[in-house]
Amino acid sequence: MRLGKKASSGLGQLVIPLVALAILIVFNLFRDVGFFSIGISVNNSGNKVLTGNLISIIDSASELAIIAMGMTLVTAACGGQDISVGAVGAISGAVFVKVLQGMGAITVPTVIVGVILCCLATIAFKLFNGTLVSVFRVQPMIATLILFSCARSIAYWINGDAAVQLNSPIISAIGKTLPGIPIPTPIFAVILVGLLMFLVFKFTSLRLYTQSVGINQGAARLNGINPTAIKLISFVLLGICVSVAGVIGVCRLGQLNHKTLLVDIEMDAILAVAIGGNSLGGGRFRLSGSILGAYIIQMLTTTLYAMKVAPVNVKAYKAIVIIIIVVAGSPVVKDWLTTRWNRLRAGSARANAQKEGVS
Amino acid sequence: MTRKVIALLLALVLVFALTACGQKADKPADSGEAASGGDLIKVGIINLDPSESGYRQANVKDLNDTFTKENGYDATFVTAPTADKQLEAAKGFITSGMKYILVSAAETTGWDEVLSEAKEAGIKVFLFDRMIECDPSLYTAAVVSDMRQEGETAVAWLESLGLDEYKILHIQGQLGSAAQIGRSDPLTEKCEATDNWTIVREGTGGDSWDPNEARKIAEAAIDAGEDFNIVYAENDGMADGVVQALDAKGITHGVNGDVIIMGFDCNKWALEKLLSGEWNYDGQCSPFQAGAIDKMIKTLESGASIEGLNELNQIISEEKGFDATKITQEDIDKYGLG
Repeated sequence: MRLGKKASSGLGQLVIPLVALAILIVFNLFRDVGFFSIGISVNNSGNKVLTGNLISIIDSASELAIIAMGMTLVTAACGGQDISVGAVGAISGAVFVKVLQGMGAITVPTVIVGVILCCLATIAFKLFNGTLVSVFRVQPMIATLILFSCARSIAYWINGDAAVQLNSPIISAIGKTLPGIPIPTPIFAVILVGLLMFLVFKFTSLRLYTQSVGINQGAARLNGINPTAIKLISFVLLGICVSVAGVIGVCRLGQLNHKTLLVDIEMDAILAVAIGGNSLGGGRFRLSGSILGAYIIQMLTTTLYAMKVAPVNVKAYKAIVIIIIVVAGSPVVKDWLTTRWNRLRAGSARANAQKEGVS
Repeated sequence: MTRKVIALLLALVLVFALTACGQKADKPADSGEAASGGDLIKVGIINLDPSESGYRQANVKDLNDTFTKENGYDATFVTAPTADKQLEAAKGFITSGMKYILVSAAETTGWDEVLSEAKEAGIKVFLFDRMIECDPSLYTAAVVSDMRQEGETAVAWLESLGLDEYKILHIQGQLGSAAQIGRSDPLTEKCEATDNWTIVREGTGGDSWDPNEARKIAEAAIDAGEDFNIVYAENDGMADGVVQALDAKGITHGVNGDVIIMGFDCNKWALEKLLSGEWNYDGQCSPFQAGAIDKMIKTLESGASIEGLNELNQIISEEKGFDATKITQEDIDKYGLG
């Protein structure tokens, strides 16, 4: 009995995002069945490309989904959010571009070196945040505010050359599609990062440690877990996520703009974590919830686009729907719904019992 | 303890923010003070952010290279992307006793008061790149591109294609800027006047002429199933943003493609795309105004008066548009920016 309840409460976290997603899908089905149609066409570089709204949703949400995963970990371990992900993402992009420029040519090996160096640089910046949060115990919001406000300037110093053009088939292969594979490459990046996370949690006790640090740091320490290390690890993993997202962002556009690369993504990422049913106060977490949250946010955006809402106005409409989702997922409404649901079930059970009794 | 640390950090944030904003302005000012004994000409230059576009980079670099100490100037540079920050900078220049102020305005309106103040203080104002809507007596001279002419040239080129139907995706620049108004108006007027010209969707790259924003607008249009055969983007970066969306969505473009791509500014990389047939048209917009202003200031300093201005006190750069089917490598070498 107790076991059963525990299992259902684990899924319970995903109820709200799943319902939201279902409503969006049903709404789109009624609005326009063609919304979900998928086609294939050939672009200028002769690559076959899958087209259709579904593909655009999954493709465009890639950076957000990746960052949301890292954000979930930091949230769970530190009980706060890293608001500098977008700005540090600009540094990632700048380092990536700088390395490519420094090596002169864009080839597969230089791109790999670029990705590795940009990953290391991003981790370094994230460790700065992590140290403030874990060693100096500064509130995450304030600790990350520093890089939030100055990281884009740093990105500019790293690569002052503003509109750097990266004209290379390799770059467009990363940002768009690999030759011969019609599925957008960023989708593979999400799968790759997701797989990395899955393996980390599968073969280590990091999930348990992170949750215990997030729930009660003191108790975790008494049980031999080092909260500082756990928090730093969460920031390192976030750093990896941010660097991947930064590289995708740069490759998608084929150019670097330190001002607009991954701009405002921190808010969407936090939102994805919240929509995914994770507590923003830390503790228990589900990566799948945050990933789902990211796709919901993007599906909402694409739905609004399909309804011919101008990109400028999308944010306002999005806000309305998000308020509904967040309120629906809030403890007050959840409790209310649960009691209602239990009463209903109890009522129907009683009715059934009565029926059985009568028959 | 925690509180103290937080306070310290907040202070750090402030310092960071200040250095980030003031970087450009501080350096030349310091070096100016060091050399203030000489008879350097104090010049305050208000420009837009160099990260905006390849055009702006070229423009900022041109000014930096011209208004140097070696050339007899004590120049203070401020780059700000929005009108309010520019106006603030201008007021600062007036109180700090600049002899000349050079402005490339984020917005065409709202400058009358500051320019009058400058005039009363005996400061001469030069406009460059972008016009301001005000009485021509408020500035000494304007070295500008005729943005409207750029728009008209582009629309005339489009018309010369003789298409059956013109379904246009219109990506505008920073709304309210002279470049945006000049390049937008001829197109919107043409679309209003002609039946087979329609603007399918209109969007803006915002204050930073953002290619990513342009990409999103194009994606939105494609997702909404809107059919367009022309992309009229008001600078090269945004045109490229749209092209990225087209590539990702499997829509062909350029000389042999389904969609005609038009950009402005003539960055070198953009002209190369014309040559390779990926784009169709690029309108020129010269970013090199520093030389002309330098010459005029030297003329004024020598006691002579400036000649050769039109009724709006303008000097207009000569510009043209490039067609992908006619462009040559020499054109790219000669006119390409960057």
